[in-house]
Amino acid sequence: MEKIELLGLSAVELGAAIRSGRTTAVAATEAVLEQIESRDKSYHCYVTVDGENAVKKAGEIQKRIEAGELTGPLAGVPAALKDNLCTKGLRTTCSSRMLESFVPAFSAQAVLNLEKAGVVVLGKTNMDEFAMGSTTETSYFGVTKNPRNPEHVPGGSSGGSAAAVAAQECFFAVGSDTGGSIRQPASYCGVVGMKPTYGTVSRYGLIAYGSSLDQIGPLTKNVEDCAAVLEVLASYDKKDSTSLKREDTDFTAALTEDVRGMRIGIPQDYFKEGLDGEVKAAVLEAAGVLESKGAIVEEFDLSLVDYAIPAYYTIASAEASSNLERFDGIKYGFRAGGEAGLNGMYRKTRSQGFGPEVKRRIMLGSFVLSSGYYDAYYLKALRVKAMIKEAFDRAFAKYDCILGPVAPTTAPRLGASLSDPLKMYLGDIYTISVNLAGLPGISIPCGADSRGLPIGVQLIGNCYQEKKLFKIAHTYEQSVKGMKILKSAKNADKENLSHSSKNARTAFFLEGGEL
Amino acid sequence: MKQYETVIGLEVHVELATKTKIFCGCSTAFGGRPNSHTCPVCTGMPGALPVLNRKVLEYAVAVGLAANCQITRYCKFDRKNYFYPDNPQNYQISQLYLPVCRDGFVEIETENGSKRIGIHEIHMEEDAGKLIHDEWEDCTLVDYNRSGVPLIEIVSEPDMRGADEVIAYLEKLRLIIRYLGASDCKLQEGSMRADVNLSVREAGAKEFGTRTEMKNLSSFRSIARAIEAERSRQIDLLESGGTVIQETRRFDEEKGTSYAMRSKEDAQDYRYFPDPDLVPISISEEFLAEIKGRQPELRTEKMKRYKAEYDLPDYDIEIITGSKHMADIFEETVRFGAQPKKVSNWLMGETLRLLREQEADPEDICFSPENLAKLIALTEAKTVNSTVAKEIFEVMFRENVDPERYVEEKGLRTVSDEGALRRTVEEVIQANPKSVEDYRGGKEKALGFLVGQTMKAMKGKADPAGITGLLKELL
Repeated sequence: MEKIELLGLSAVELGAAIRSGRTTAVAATEAVLEQIESRDKSYHCYVTVDGENAVKKAGEIQKRIEAGELTGPLAGVPAALKDNLCTKGLRTTCSSRMLESFVPAFSAQAVLNLEKAGVVVLGKTNMDEFAMGSTTETSYFGVTKNPRNPEHVPGGSSGGSAAAVAAQECFFAVGSDTGGSIRQPASYCGVVGMKPTYGTVSRYGLIAYGSSLDQIGPLTKNVEDCAAVLEVLASYDKKDSTSLKREDTDFTAALTEDVRGMRIGIPQDYFKEGLDGEVKAAVLEAAGVLESKGAIVEEFDLSLVDYAIPAYYTIASAEASSNLERFDGIKYGFRAGGEAGLNGMYRKTRSQGFGPEVKRRIMLGSFVLSSGYYDAYYLKALRVKAMIKEAFDRAFAKYDCILGPVAPTTAPRLGASLSDPLKMYLGDIYTISVNLAGLPGISIPCGADSRGLPIGVQLIGNCYQEKKLFKIAHTYEQSVKGMKILKSAKNADKENLSHSSKNARTAFFLEGGEL
Repeated sequence: MKQYETVIGLEVHVELATKTKIFCGCSTAFGGRPNSHTCPVCTGMPGALPVLNRKVLEYAVAVGLAANCQITRYCKFDRKNYFYPDNPQNYQISQLYLPVCRDGFVEIETENGSKRIGIHEIHMEEDAGKLIHDEWEDCTLVDYNRSGVPLIEIVSEPDMRGADEVIAYLEKLRLIIRYLGASDCKLQEGSMRADVNLSVREAGAKEFGTRTEMKNLSSFRSIARAIEAERSRQIDLLESGGTVIQETRRFDEEKGTSYAMRSKEDAQDYRYFPDPDLVPISISEEFLAEIKGRQPELRTEKMKRYKAEYDLPDYDIEIITGSKHMADIFEETVRFGAQPKKVSNWLMGETLRLLREQEADPEDICFSPENLAKLIALTEAKTVNSTVAKEIFEVMFRENVDPERYVEEKGLRTVSDEGALRRTVEEVIQANPKSVEDYRGGKEKALGFLVGQTMKAMKGKADPAGITGLLKELL
């Protein structure tokens, strides 16, 4: 198989090609490593590429496939892992100086699940430091560029993973999502990304940012891959107290095209001030496609949207301030030199080991937990969280799924966000409620803006309703297959919201070919 | 000088007797090679997550029930954040907002009758590792073997008024916990640790005075001494017009005085919040019923049963049930067929004597009930006399030897050959004409001397009653 053809395959297609003998795990691994070699200088998706080991592993896996021991859809498929997933023997940095040379003694349960399924691990992808950021620019190892337009960011914090999928530097990637860190970069890079129901994928071995919000999930070329990868990632794990026992993780079984009679709610609150006109138009067009397939699309008032950001940054920062205490220069990772006594060593190590965004959130988190402020900030944020969950419960009593934008804009230019953290935080407005309520959410490409930057549409489901999301997402994807984005959406914001949703005609689909 | 009242509350930490740690599968065994009982969880590695050991909850609830507490049916773990190298995550997983047990009490006996000491709460938490300062290399090493060993902290109300009540309360807690098998509660080894919160106020005053917290108390004796010293210190301060500062003090066992460690102003803000890695615990009816059903017979019930079942004197019952271990030995020995009063006599007599001699605790008794039962059987059958039995018991007390085998090996069996005994008695009569004459002259004491002489000649292996009988017959 030609290299160019090979790299264009989806993960599931590649798995099938390997099983049928049209190619091998080794050939696919070598092809993708060449791609990394030639492209990663430009995009910098990876922090660590484990090439030699990947080829060796691919050889072993190929033998096991041939011996009939490995029969799963992802056997032999090369993939990239976000650098906050512990990999035994392979450096895991969280894109931080603090863990620049940290080599874990064990692998995350999600990684073990992938390895068991015969996935070839290529290396570790760049991210915002400790997953704190929305652009991958807070990485200690430098920025990742958006393969769709290298002057723009790939989003974050799983920016390296999304960019690696978009740049064909892997067949799929794994990321983590605390407030949109999978869905938003997927949207910016024009790939599919899902944050599953909290507890579906074990967090054991995921270096924690906001423990009550963190979930691991896939970033893939299409919806089918997304379902297949999540099926492998998901498992009940007794090492993670928050892990769920689920019987319904045969997600690929949901990949049928049938949305007739399904009720899709469009939260008006998500289409107000701050949403870019082109993004709005593209998202509403996507709703129109589903409506044309027989879904019932309806606007509704989700409420509380404005409270999600302060609640999220309070809770996530509070947990982060505690989770990151273990990085102290004592046991592993970076330790600042010089004589300073114990407290001096702590201070110097953490001052030099963490970047500004991490420090900002540690300070914010320490503040909201400090005595005298706990009730006013942290407890209040927990109450808001509970109210947001209730608002979603009410919505899901009426709707099978909620449809909206992933982010207010397409990918910003490099450097444009760092100077204004608050603006960056506001960019998370459509994704964070999903984490606060523990819900599954998927981002799928639905077009591009006039500059050619991808736009994503977000589908949000009730807890345990990934299958519904996969069904709707798959139906949409198949409906628009082969179409190219044609429409310039310049005047979209003038259009009536419900009117445009009914009159959508065109859509965009990334076919996974050359850029 | 004014009259002062001392007000004391205790915070007691108890290491639970689980096989594995509170949040991981590592062994809790004491004394392993440094860092040999560790894993990613108890060394705070990135990505590791805690999972609660069910046994910890079982013990905590069992102690709570025995101490008449309300069990918090929906309880949570919180993180207590502070930086110190013995604490690998730099937060300790503990319980602040919803501790597992609340509002209990235990009853203690005082000079003025029985008194209730309130228990404010009992919470579960993890222990920290140990820092070892290497003077030679001038560095500090850390051993995480103890990191994650389960603890419960029992917080009393400020209900105690003196050292005697404090000791009585601690003894009562220790007894309950040992009865439950939840801990061995050894102060010297640190499996039970008590911090003393103490204040003084003028007799009759309603308000509490400012309290201090005393740490580093590793025996009942030092607790009592620390209380006396702190009481005097605070009264002296007040009498000389000073004020007591709320602070934590460390007791120096050698000097018998304490010094300030940190004041309230230096107190850290622990930024407690619910640990998001651990799900809240819902204690079900079934779980509670299971623990209640498994609750062993506690002392009061045991005392009643001993009276009814074994008809022992109250004094014996008091002593034997004062230690779960001793009560277990008693019951087991009886189960091996020994007569209860005989068993009690050995425990009350020789056992207590030897324990006192060695300054040991009834918990340290190492002989097996089976061996005690054998020894009693040997004396019953007159295979050995009581003097020899006591000698055997001493060896058994130290090394838990099998008395039957020991008697055979050492040839301690009483000489039952009547002929041999008669011959020896005759020899003794011949050799001691003076004593024989005295006896015949009415001096009863002389007979004792002759029995002793015979016993000596028999190397102790004779039944004294038999000797006396023979002597009387021959004289």
